[in-house]
Amino acid sequence: MNWASWSDFLAMGGYALYVWGSYGVVFGLLTMEIVLLILRKRSILRELMRSAARRGLQ
Amino acid sequence: MYVTPENTAAGQDRFVGHSSWFRYSSPQTFFPLAGKLAPWFAVAALLLAAAGLYLGFFVAPTDRQQGEAYRIIFIHVPAAWMSMFIYVVMAFWAGMGLTFNTRLSGMMASALAPTGALFTFLALWSGSLWGKPTWGTWWVWDARLTSELILLFLYFGFMALQAAIDDPRRADKAGAVLALTGVINIPIIYFSVQWWNTLHQGASVSLNSAPTMAATMFAGMMVMVLALWMYSIAASLMRVRCIILERERDSQWVAEYASGQT
Repeated sequence: MNWASWSDFLAMGGYALYVWGSYGVVFGLLTMEIVLLILRKRSILRELMRSAARRGLQ
Repeated sequence: MYVTPENTAAGQDRFVGHSSWFRYSSPQTFFPLAGKLAPWFAVAALLLAAAGLYLGFFVAPTDRQQGEAYRIIFIHVPAAWMSMFIYVVMAFWAGMGLTFNTRLSGMMASALAPTGALFTFLALWSGSLWGKPTWGTWWVWDARLTSELILLFLYFGFMALQAAIDDPRRADKAGAVLALTGVINIPIIYFSVQWWNTLHQGASVSLNSAPTMAATMFAGMMVMVLALWMYSIAASLMRVRCIILERERDSQWVAEYASGQT
């Protein structure tokens, strides 16, 4: 085990900014990409259903 | 241009439908398959990332020279490898599209580009945060960093070019030419640390020598590579489904699929 305590772990031997700055941005942006993809598919489906409804009215 | 069955969308599917080898090159058959596979790749990515982070932070020992700053390696190296690997896969699909004129190949290439660009940015970002405490600078114009930055511009160029052309088939062709030309940059990135005198260190892992790091460090890094690999497959399958729906919006099967989603 490398760490004596939680605060020791979070301090990263004085490199917290660099280590957490890397991991935070990586996992933040990867999560964002997946969320954006889910939203993109939803909005395509919504638009497809709207245009299908328009065609149905004509 | 003469309209033959081969250059209409429906004719294309009939054309490739002759051979079962090409069966999944039809967007209509690939769409549900991609939808079934994507969640499994996402779950694999999550499990592997949990295991890789555990190895990287709790099992791998502190580095004697760099202290804890070296732990950036577990995300930096996998992101950098994926940035190059995704480019090669993207260029492969682009080339397949040019050669066989299959619509799905171009869609796969388009689906991979944003994820590849993201990993390129993340490799540069984490590298910058690693360079500051170890080299004393966020950025230096050495061969490795500069060629990786060029990779980011190649991804941006590919996406901008495709976005600028309205006809998707022509956008695929133009993008493919750019993607294939840019492949030359991949060996330049990879060998830059040998060919030029760089501030960036040489490869820690190579095929013909033992890795120059502790076994647990190496294990943590490779598990993270697998995690990002699975993530990339999941993300590009999700994106290719969006692209298929957008490009095939006027087809009967998309209309049926959309009405079944309510």
